[in-house]
Amino acid sequence: MDCIIAEAESQRPFECDALTLYSDLPLLVVLPETVEQVQSVLRICHQLSVPVVARGAGTGLSAGAMPHPEGILLCLSKLDRILDIDVLARTARVQPGVSNLRISEAAAHHRLYYAPDPSSQIACTIGGNVSENSGGVHCLKYGLTVHNILSLDVLTVAGEKLTIGSMGLDSPGYDLMALLTGSEGLLGIITEVTVRLLPLPERAQVIMAGFDSVSKAGDAVGAIIAAGIIPAGLEMMDRLAVQAAEDFAQAGYPKEAAAILLCEVDGTAEEVAQHTQEIASLFEQHAATSVTISRDEAQRALLWKGRKAAFPAIGRLSPDYYCMDGTIPRSQLSFVLSEIYRLSEQYALPVANVFHAGDGNLHPLIMFNASDTTAIHRAEEFGAKILELSVSVGGCITGEHGVGVEKLCQMTSQFSTEELLQLEDIKYAFDPALNLNPGKGIPILKRCQEYRALPARHQHD
Amino acid sequence: MTERPYPPCSDDRSEHIINALQQARESSTPVYIKGGGSKQHLIGRSCNYTVLDVGGHRGIIDYQPEELVITARAGTPLVDIIVALEDEGQILSFEPPVFNGAATLGGTLACNLSGPARPWGGSIRDMVLGVKLINGKCEQLNFGGKVIKNVAGYDVPRLQAGALGTLGVLCEVSLKVLPRPDKTLTLCYDMSAQEAVQHMNQQAGQPKPLSGAFWLNGQLHMRLSGTTSAVNSTVTQWGGEIMANDEALWRQLREMTLPFFDDAGALWRFSLQSSAKVRIDFGTTLIDWCGAQRWVHGDHSGEALQQAAVEAGGHVSLFRSGDRNAEVRSPLNSVEQHLQQRLKKAFDPDGILNPGRLYSWL
Repeated sequence: MDCIIAEAESQRPFECDALTLYSDLPLLVVLPETVEQVQSVLRICHQLSVPVVARGAGTGLSAGAMPHPEGILLCLSKLDRILDIDVLARTARVQPGVSNLRISEAAAHHRLYYAPDPSSQIACTIGGNVSENSGGVHCLKYGLTVHNILSLDVLTVAGEKLTIGSMGLDSPGYDLMALLTGSEGLLGIITEVTVRLLPLPERAQVIMAGFDSVSKAGDAVGAIIAAGIIPAGLEMMDRLAVQAAEDFAQAGYPKEAAAILLCEVDGTAEEVAQHTQEIASLFEQHAATSVTISRDEAQRALLWKGRKAAFPAIGRLSPDYYCMDGTIPRSQLSFVLSEIYRLSEQYALPVANVFHAGDGNLHPLIMFNASDTTAIHRAEEFGAKILELSVSVGGCITGEHGVGVEKLCQMTSQFSTEELLQLEDIKYAFDPALNLNPGKGIPILKRCQEYRALPARHQHD
Repeated sequence: MTERPYPPCSDDRSEHIINALQQARESSTPVYIKGGGSKQHLIGRSCNYTVLDVGGHRGIIDYQPEELVITARAGTPLVDIIVALEDEGQILSFEPPVFNGAATLGGTLACNLSGPARPWGGSIRDMVLGVKLINGKCEQLNFGGKVIKNVAGYDVPRLQAGALGTLGVLCEVSLKVLPRPDKTLTLCYDMSAQEAVQHMNQQAGQPKPLSGAFWLNGQLHMRLSGTTSAVNSTVTQWGGEIMANDEALWRQLREMTLPFFDDAGALWRFSLQSSAKVRIDFGTTLIDWCGAQRWVHGDHSGEALQQAAVEAGGHVSLFRSGDRNAEVRSPLNSVEQHLQQRLKKAFDPDGILNPGRLYSWL
């Protein structure tokens, strides 16, 4: 049967998400083709108290979709139809397995698009985006998934149907949309999503600047915001990331720079022209060593290509890399990066930094060789230190990748015991038997008192 | 400039709030949470409990314009925040009503109140980044933070929007703020409600700096906010009559002081799909939020309104006056009702925080 995979060898492609450090095989992989089939699976699992782990395209970066060895992996990728696009209301109703990019492609001939654009947008599914509250390079201006969806069809752990949100801009009662978005498959299974579409901007332009120090680049970021401009995207890459991306994509990045900024402005033609000039001169004032303004769409795409290829580009430099996801107040950028460089030396592991500078979201890429067990442990410890550092400067452990399995231990550095128990009580309200994606997202203190003292992060030998 | 009614003051009363809640819990007597009192007779059902006055818990704690984030105690009057932001050229993009200066930050979040800019500038629910709250177990808890992206744990801060204080007493709120646009201008058009709904939705599909779209008594008002060049070029392309002194009109709409709102009887709020066709059998309608928020007056049957709301993809609530002992918002199905009750219990197991304010069963 196409829809049920029981043999271990055929299950291998499903053993992990994009964080391959954590993997396991489920009892069964099921790939339902209808919402009714999803409902049947949930009802049976509920009766038998079998864990259910939902999965979209498996592009997640925190092992949120890692299978449970005693559970069902509920893969929703076959529910991949765009059900309706309402041009006048500017909404699209889609099934959870539709990829992020397909929504924008389908809306494009109406001059509309779906704004959140995670780097994996060619593959990642909208159901997964909702579960992780995905961001992307444009979220400072256009918001996260939670800001761009109107309504969800959800099945509860018992398989009961629920429609939350509305076609309006709010809903009566508690805002379950807010609660379900980013809940990592712990509260319900998403079977349909209605997203908001935005008009495609008239024009967009990228201004790239190189700097001879990270702190100058950081100051320039603050200056743009202080000037009252909200760029559509504002990205920073440090030297190692720039060099790797340039070698990979030949985007025209200045390889000698200590850091570059990629700033995109969009809007009406007049607005873009005005902001482009203002930003270019702000970069000059902040001692940029080079400033490049995209001439045309081709050059704009090329400048982004380097950034979007940063992860695979790092993959060419190192057999394995570990991507972190802390967020920090922008003012702490210089300090945090200098600490990351210090830790890099301490753990003897190189690190390249890619950074959503506009919204303070860091993606340090720690390079290591997974065939060396001590290197894995060093990489994990280094990563954990970065997250603790983020929390200590007023930030958080995950901006957009989610907690999954990976960051369960760091939850205790961000939240007090009472706070974790409150999160746990929310989980119990939706899923009293803890069958939805157990062991992910939030540490369950009532079940496991040892989390705070947990020495190793997870076994994955 | 926004008028500051009194000098801003700062006072941390969280200990007092915790003590009061502990007493309420021990004696099993629910409290009614009151900030500035501006929405006491709006939005929720009537509640006659001991008043827990949290309006004194006020003051801006942290404001970093370059971070686009402000943190203040929940009892801080919105006007204090708006003035502080104005000094730095920033705004609350969701344009909340200040209700004669009485509206507080916490009350605005608890009621999820946003003004005419809502479809473009977002709601307070969209802009909230973090909260400190005291739950029904008298525990002081922090969720979210002061950074723009944060997906650790469930989104408890946004869950407070519209919860009317039934999940916790809000103590501190962090919000994302935005720069003030260079220029704002309003265009007017004579047209019917039906035409206006079509027109405003069509225009909203164009990449132009729209920031308000409302219709009343045969007139559509379209507000543009952005760079001067973008606003001017849009005016040239769209045409329409430029309105003088438009600021007063949008302020009256936001503060609900337009003559339309003078009627002291039942005031109903529809939240609908923006492009939904107009029904004419509920009397004069004010259409705001590009069609997504519509107001009507009168003693209509709640069921008829409810049916119209469902057909238009949304819901309806009795915003002001009418029978506030009955339910004042659209019913939920039994599955959702059950979940909402369990959620309430997760935060407030003894039911001491505004029970019955949202629904009789919650």
